[in-house]
Amino acid sequence: MTAAIDDPALSRRSPPKGAALDPVFRYACFAAATALLASLTGVVVALAIGGWPAFAKFGFGFFTSTEWNPVTEQFGALGPIVGTLVSAVLALILSLPIAFGVAVFLVEFCPTLLRRPIGVAVELLAGVPSIVYGMWGLFVFAPFFAMHVQLPLMSAVPEGSIWEKLTQGVPNGANIFTASVILAIMILPYMAAVLRELLMTVPQQLRESGYGMGSTSLEVVMSVSLPYVRRSAVGAVMLGLGRALGETMAVTFIIGNSHNLPKSLFDSGSTIASTIANEFNEATGAMHTSALIALGLVLFMITFVVLALARALLGSETRA
Amino acid sequence: MASLRRARRSIANVAFTGFCWIATAVAIAALALILWSLLRQGVGGLNLAVFTQSTPAPGSPGGLLNAIVGSIILCVLAMVLAVLVGVLAGTWLAEYGRDTAYAQAVRFVNDILLSAPSVLVGLFVYYILVAHVIGHFSAIAGSVALALIAVPIITRTTEDVLKLQPTSLRESGVALGTPHWVAIRKILWKSAGSGILTGGLLAFARISGETAPLLFTSLNNQFFSVSLTQPMASLPIVIFQFALSAYDDWVRLAWAGALITAAAVLAANILARVVTREPRRS
Repeated sequence: MTAAIDDPALSRRSPPKGAALDPVFRYACFAAATALLASLTGVVVALAIGGWPAFAKFGFGFFTSTEWNPVTEQFGALGPIVGTLVSAVLALILSLPIAFGVAVFLVEFCPTLLRRPIGVAVELLAGVPSIVYGMWGLFVFAPFFAMHVQLPLMSAVPEGSIWEKLTQGVPNGANIFTASVILAIMILPYMAAVLRELLMTVPQQLRESGYGMGSTSLEVVMSVSLPYVRRSAVGAVMLGLGRALGETMAVTFIIGNSHNLPKSLFDSGSTIASTIANEFNEATGAMHTSALIALGLVLFMITFVVLALARALLGSETRA
Repeated sequence: MASLRRARRSIANVAFTGFCWIATAVAIAALALILWSLLRQGVGGLNLAVFTQSTPAPGSPGGLLNAIVGSIILCVLAMVLAVLVGVLAGTWLAEYGRDTAYAQAVRFVNDILLSAPSVLVGLFVYYILVAHVIGHFSAIAGSVALALIAVPIITRTTEDVLKLQPTSLRESGVALGTPHWVAIRKILWKSAGSGILTGGLLAFARISGETAPLLFTSLNNQFFSVSLTQPMASLPIVIFQFALSAYDDWVRLAWAGALITAAAVLAANILARVVTREPRRS
């Protein structure tokens, strides 16, 4: 052994070119990965520090008060928080059945010729910038909705019923419900694409064995495919919810931007993201800025929980 | 009895099939409607001035030149930053970190950043760069915010395609006696090149339509400016401002801008699909 090491031919062998930079590269890669970790930590820390004055001044009242008044410097965030949750959940309720239908259609019923074009179209549409959806909502959908849905509905509902409560509001189309519809359209292609991908992971034999037993398509989807992807499907839905919660521009255009607690589906409201987008640059004072950053922290916490849950359910192998 | 059940089953199945067809038709109709309005309104606002003049005061003629140039500068700068960090971080996850606890943590954080609300990224960059380090709104802050949104996408795709590379490829580098980093650069990155490029294009598509992170970072600039330390106009912000204004000519420009943005995003997405034969998603 020692003879080999002492062999002059071996000791003369120079290390490969560039070997000295090996650890440098390794540390550069490590630093880049750490930067990711640091930036998420940074977001939390920055939002916590920036929002601290508001949390300290208003305490728990920040979450329970509905008074948002920059003039008197009273900031209660219940309106935007409720608006965020209501609009996102409503969007999910509207969007999920359709997205599920599209996904099943593409996997089970679609003629082979159309499968690829529709699939690609759905995926491309998931990438359309949200500001386009927002503009469409503001200029096309809101006027249409006010004229042809909201007004007739408001005059048709019986007085004093719960429906009257649900539909009251200014008939201009800018309200929580229309914002939810726009959100639903926005997250639809995304959820359809993820659900389709999940349904395609169901092994062919499993589905064929279902059909072999004489099951109908409905029974195969409900009793074979869905149970197979159940966990991941819930994860995919949570991802959609996460998108709806944090969506800013599309909502800001159409929700009406009032800070009151929404009294009905057709009442104008606001979400956390739309409030920040609208007011941050025009914030009147340090406390106003701080309250908006505190709102940001609340939004971060909500989406973090939803996204973390989604990731845990999706597992690491289904990367959507 | 049995035939009744069979009838019920087949009726339920027909109803379900019909529902799926209708759902798809509704979805496609809704999205087609949006694209149709965008095309109709956008093409009406397009003319040569849009590309040769800067944003006007209400009532006077003008275009979107400063916003288009601003968007390009912001996105390119952001992509330079994001590719640098994203590719290295993805390489670390796939080649060095692998399944260590630290790598798992980074992976988790990356997944969260991937879908975190972009308005919060804007707030974060505002708080750090605009409020404290630089002291005013600037194009650099806007680029950093966009980069923060692009990095997770690139990291994810880089890691995924590197993991797809066969072990024999790594061993071939070792067999030649190359240092690890040379093998990664010259063998792995090369063979994973189209995949990494796809990630970059998807990230580019994503950030070129982003509005919220730019609101509090690069702000807006009514005039033509290429200074990185000054506020800079960008298409999404101009669209946002003009669309909500009361002036018809501003709204027309906003539609034209939306059409340009959407076209750029779609083009990048389609290019990403062409680059890799097998479609990959972020």
